[in-house]
Amino acid sequence: MTTHLDVRGLTLTTQGRTLVSNLSFAIAPGERVGLIGESGSGKSLTAMAVSGLLPAAIRAQGSITLAGQEVIGAPGRVLDRLRGTEIAIVFQEPLTALDPLMRIGRQIGIPLSRRHRRDGRDLSGRALESEILGLLEKVRLPDPSRILRAHPWEISGGQRQRVAIAMALACRPKLLIADEPTTALDVTTQAEVLKLLDALVKELGMALLFISHDLPVVASIAERVIVLRSGEAVEAGPAGEVLVQPRHPYTQTLVEAARAFDDALSGGR
Amino acid sequence: MLEIANLRFGYGREKTVLEDVSFSVRAGANLGIVGESGSGKTTLLRLLLGLSRPQGGTISFDGETVDAADRGFMRRYRRKVQAVFQDPYSSLDPRQKVRDIIGEPLASLSIPGDHRQMVAAALDEVGLDESAMERLPHQFSGGQRQRIAIARAIVARPKMVLADEAVSALDLSTRIRIVELFKALSESLTLVFVSHDLGVVAALCEEIVILEAGRIVEQGRTSEILRAPAHPYTQRLLASVPRMPA
Repeated sequence: MTTHLDVRGLTLTTQGRTLVSNLSFAIAPGERVGLIGESGSGKSLTAMAVSGLLPAAIRAQGSITLAGQEVIGAPGRVLDRLRGTEIAIVFQEPLTALDPLMRIGRQIGIPLSRRHRRDGRDLSGRALESEILGLLEKVRLPDPSRILRAHPWEISGGQRQRVAIAMALACRPKLLIADEPTTALDVTTQAEVLKLLDALVKELGMALLFISHDLPVVASIAERVIVLRSGEAVEAGPAGEVLVQPRHPYTQTLVEAARAFDDALSGGR
Repeated sequence: MLEIANLRFGYGREKTVLEDVSFSVRAGANLGIVGESGSGKTTLLRLLLGLSRPQGGTISFDGETVDAADRGFMRRYRRKVQAVFQDPYSSLDPRQKVRDIIGEPLASLSIPGDHRQMVAAALDEVGLDESAMERLPHQFSGGQRQRIAIARAIVARPKMVLADEAVSALDLSTRIRIVELFKALSESLTLVFVSHDLGVVAALCEEIVILEAGRIVEQGRTSEILRAPAHPYTQRLLASVPRMPA
C-alpha cells in the first residue's frame, strides 16, 4: 500500500457556506506533511474530517480513505476502530485536551489498555503501570513516577503536551495528526516538543500531518507542505521549494512576512 | 520619561512575580519587553499602567510617582499613557459604534475640540476609512479591530503607548502590517511593547529588556543583543526560535 491517507475532492459545507473546497492530498506511510493556513483556512476542519470528528452540522462530500477504509459516512463503530489504530490526534491546548480530574497515569492507561484488549491481551496492575511509565519516559518527561500520579494542573504546559503525545502514542497509530501542537507553548518549550515529535515520528515510523499557521515551525518538521486559504489549497509541494520559492501570491505574502521577522532576528534592526 | 527602580511584586511570601526590576524609558524610545509565560511581563505592564501597586521600588513618569491610589495623578497619567491589548475581539465593546469606541478617551478625559474630527484623524492614521465610524466591531476582521484599538489608544495624543502582546492573536500576514503600523506610530510617541515573540520585537523595537522568572537578565540595544546575547537564557531563547529554510 502506498498511501495511508487519501483525501479526494473533500468539500465541507454548512448552511450554504463552503468551508473547505475540493481538497485533495495523500500521505504515504511514514511521510510528514504540513498543512499551513491562517485562521479560517479550514485546516483544523480538515483534521476533524480525516479523524471522523466533524460536528454534525457540517456536511462532508468527496472521499477520505484511511488504510483503505472510507471515513465519510462511516458508522461510529468503524471510526472508533480507526481512531487509535490508524490515527491519533494531538490538539493545540493541552490543558483542555486532558481531563482535569483524572491523574495522568490513568489518562494514559485508558487508551493503552484499550489497545492491548484490541490485540487480545488484558493489561492491568503493575504491567499496565510499567507500560505507562515507559511511555512517559518515551516522551522524555522528567520524574515519570511523580507525573504518573499528578493531575494535569500540577505539571507545566510543555509537560501536559508531552502527556497528550504519550496518550496518542499509547495507541501506536500509523498516522499522527498534530493540530497546532506547539502554538500554546513558550518558544523554548516549543523547540523541545518539536524535537521530541521529530524523533518519535522517525523512531516509530509514523506518518505525520502537522497543522500550523507558523511557517518556520512547519518547515522544521514537514517534508511536504500544503498551503490552505479560505478552504482551498493554493499551493503544495516539497517544503524546501514552497517555503523558499513560493509560486502563489498568497504563499508569497506569507513567506515574505515570515522572512521579515526572521531577518529581523538575524540582522537586528 | 519612565523610570522603573528596584520594582518588586509578589503574591504572599512564596510567590515572587517581579524582583529587583530596574530600567528606564527615554522620551521617544521604542522599547520591547520580552518574556515567556511566568516571566512577569504582564504584571510589569499592569504596574506600569497603574492597575496594581508595586510592593517595593518605584515607577515615576516625568518625575512624578505612578501611584494607583493618587486619583489626581492617575487622571493626568491616563491622558498621557494609553494601552493596546492582545485580543481585538474582547477589547472592543461589541455594542458600541467604532466612532464611540475611539471617541471614548476623548469624552472621559474631557478633551476639548471637535471629537468627530479627531476620531477621523485617528482612523486615517491607522489606515482605516472614515466610513468605519458608523459600524460595529463585528463588521471588522481581527487586524482591522486591532487598528481600531490602536486608533483609540492614539486619539487623545498620549505621550506613551503600552502594548501587551498586541499582535500575538493576529495571523501572520496581518501581523506584519500591524507591526509596520506600530513602527510608524513609534516615530511620534514613546512605545513600550510587551511580547513573548522575539521576532516581532526584533522587527519593531530599538531597545529590548529580557525578563526571565521576574528578573531582568539582559537589556540594551536590540541589534547588539541579537548579535551577541550575553546571558545564557537570551542565548537559549534566540536559539529556540524556528527559522525559515534558506
